[in-house]
Amino acid sequence: MSTETSTEVTTDDSVQQEQSVVSAVLRSIIDSSWLVVLIAIVASLLLGGVLVVLANDSVAEAFGYFFSRPSDTFHAIGQVLGDTYAAMFKGAIYNTDAHTFGDAIKPITQSATMATPLIFAGLGLGVGFRAGLFNIGAQGQIIIGATVGAFVGFTWDLPVGLHLVLAVLGTVLGGALWGFIPGVLKAATGAHEVIVTIMLNYVALNLVSFLLSKDAFQVEGSDNPLAPAVGANAMYPKLLGNGYALHWGFVVALLAAVAVWWLMERSTWGLQFRAVGANARAARTAGMSVGMSYVLVLVIAGALAGLAGSAQVLGTQPALSSNVAASFGFDAITVALLGRSRPLGIVLAALLFGALKASGPALQVQAHLPIDVVLVVQSLIVLFIAAPPLVRALVRLPKPRQVKEVTA
Amino acid sequence: MSVITAQQNVTVIRTSFRAPIIYAVIALAVLLGLALPISAHASTTFTFARPTDLVTVPSWTAPSRTLAIVLSLVALALAAASAWAAATTRKLGAWVPIVFGVAVVAVLLTWAGAGKTATSMQITGLLTAALVASIPLVFGALSGTICERSGIINIAIEGQLLGGAFLAAVVAGAVANSTGSRSLGAYLGLVAAPVAGALIGAVLSLFAVRYWVDQIIVGVVLNVLVVGLTNFLFGTLLKDKTYLNQAIGLPELPIPILGEIPIIGPVLFRQNALVYLMYVVVIVLQVMLFRSRWGLRVRAVGEHPRAADTVGIKVNRTRVRNTILGGAIAGLGGAFFTVAAGLAFGKEMSAGKGFIALAAMILGRWSPKGALAAAVLFGFADALREQFGIVGTAIPSQFLAMFPYIATIFAVAGLVGHSRPPAAEGKPYAK
Repeated sequence: MSTETSTEVTTDDSVQQEQSVVSAVLRSIIDSSWLVVLIAIVASLLLGGVLVVLANDSVAEAFGYFFSRPSDTFHAIGQVLGDTYAAMFKGAIYNTDAHTFGDAIKPITQSATMATPLIFAGLGLGVGFRAGLFNIGAQGQIIIGATVGAFVGFTWDLPVGLHLVLAVLGTVLGGALWGFIPGVLKAATGAHEVIVTIMLNYVALNLVSFLLSKDAFQVEGSDNPLAPAVGANAMYPKLLGNGYALHWGFVVALLAAVAVWWLMERSTWGLQFRAVGANARAARTAGMSVGMSYVLVLVIAGALAGLAGSAQVLGTQPALSSNVAASFGFDAITVALLGRSRPLGIVLAALLFGALKASGPALQVQAHLPIDVVLVVQSLIVLFIAAPPLVRALVRLPKPRQVKEVTA
Repeated sequence: MSVITAQQNVTVIRTSFRAPIIYAVIALAVLLGLALPISAHASTTFTFARPTDLVTVPSWTAPSRTLAIVLSLVALALAAASAWAAATTRKLGAWVPIVFGVAVVAVLLTWAGAGKTATSMQITGLLTAALVASIPLVFGALSGTICERSGIINIAIEGQLLGGAFLAAVVAGAVANSTGSRSLGAYLGLVAAPVAGALIGAVLSLFAVRYWVDQIIVGVVLNVLVVGLTNFLFGTLLKDKTYLNQAIGLPELPIPILGEIPIIGPVLFRQNALVYLMYVVVIVLQVMLFRSRWGLRVRAVGEHPRAADTVGIKVNRTRVRNTILGGAIAGLGGAFFTVAAGLAFGKEMSAGKGFIALAAMILGRWSPKGALAAAVLFGFADALREQFGIVGTAIPSQFLAMFPYIATIFAVAGLVGHSRPPAAEGKPYAK
């Protein structure tokens, strides 16, 4: 965050004034946090490639006679990396093997679909981070939100429009409730939200698997822990027709990003949240209710995570199951961190991670790699981004100026 | 001055009356909800002996309703005693919650086994299952305790358990394949497990101490990284070379005389090396942390790093060492899933145990002794869930599975006892 103030730093050093405009621009690019983000992403993709190469049989085989014919090893490495990155591109952005344009752009719509729950949940976590709250509970909030939304979706039969609105409201309410609990506990007793939200994730998981064992949550005549399909009226309509999985939830997610931007940057509540996050004691002295802010922030975060649940049960998942949240709750943490808790950043980060996720099946089919290499890349990106000095040391960038000036 | 003392009195009285109220509510709940509704003709059979025992304890059959009511009344009497002690500002000691807990659990077991003529409540089996289920929790909670006492939050316990499980399985498989000795493989796997955990701990300390990255973030991300890495290797390396992932188990090592004691013997002293290691680690850490110079320094670093630094203790060095040590302990616990349980490695087989271990650490108030007690309690809840699943009861297994998590929420909210983490936890230290 501190790097963003780089443009405001003024130095009365005469040498500085003589610097040409070009080098000043260059300097500000080198100092910028966006460069760090870019390097982190590239470095992580490369490290993922190293992992793929190490696990590859043909490379290992060629390496067996490396000193007699080293070119074979390099050829094998090039082949493996080429296959992997090509599969990722074809799986996530544009399928060059497709015969029609409609099929060729399917991957990118798939990436946007995968990004939808990440945008929602990432926004929720971002609000929390900026208020100084570590909400690890998006997973549980998604589960409870999805459960309530799905219940509304499959229990009643309502007209077009109304049913969707009510089902979405259900997901919001469910998530908000699951955010309210750690919020009110933190405000009233000081219970650390990290611990409470982690525990509530597991409570939610057990709760939904209990509900799925009850008749009200099961397909009639079946004993499987799978809920009935949500009514067609309660589903988000498809955005690009039935050939694509992309649904209107994506648009709602983008609108939510705008709403969160307004909330945090333009509203009184947002100011209060940011003040509490920057310095809770000062905020209290200024007459703000810190406890109330904690409750509100976690309720809003929970509601947004609940919306992520709506992208699942009202969007892509055919029915509620105990695996409804997949790993979106934890991925959203990395999304919020990568996006630096700002709505625009979160949307971009979610699109990136959505694309990584969408490339999973192609990796599996075309490059014969486990989907999990995506998880490795994703966590490496966040580790690198969390430690800018490490990234700068990695590529031998100079230290940003203001760091010295601030600490001096 | 008088105002201050009055306030202090109020807080003392309020905190001390909380326990009796909770006791009374629980005791009444089991009396009215479980004991009284049991049919008057039902009986419960408890079995203590196992086929391998030398000295056998005979099974015991009791009229369910009478036994359950008597036990509930014992619990109620303990609640009354604790209320009396609170009113007269006396201390009753640690036996009250223990006896209370045993009474309540006994009511539960009596109720669950009531009228079940085909099955009996397997007490020895239940206790053994509880101990086994608590092994990864004990190691995980000890790891968390060692790290947090020095001021580093270790959310990566889950990843350390998983990493330990993975490396133990792979080393055991490789050694068994090349030497042909399965038990040698298992023991070397046990040696390798802490190395994986220590590596993850080292990465955590690098980011936390050197780069000042938020420790919770690093922990969460490391968990994802380890899941990704182990899943990836499971799908590539272990799929191609199946000999690296076999079900290899540590042999059981019964301790001569002690292992023959009825009930206690099979539970505590007919186990494998990892369990005996666990006893040793708990005792050593408890003594070291509170009775040694090293322990005093660690706690000083975790509570007030500047003061510790002033007297010449190397704050960051202590933290790095403890985080690596903690990682190694959690990694050792990870061996439970593979070589100690005699299973091959499976994707994400730590299954959230690292987070329950974190809960056990908090409930155990950051001490090895407490961590052991809380982990055994959670392990017992897990074993009870399994036994109830076999016997078949009205309590849904999901609610028993929730127990550790809800207990922890109550603990951090200060509703049960008071939990206070080390003061400097999570804060990077700069001179």
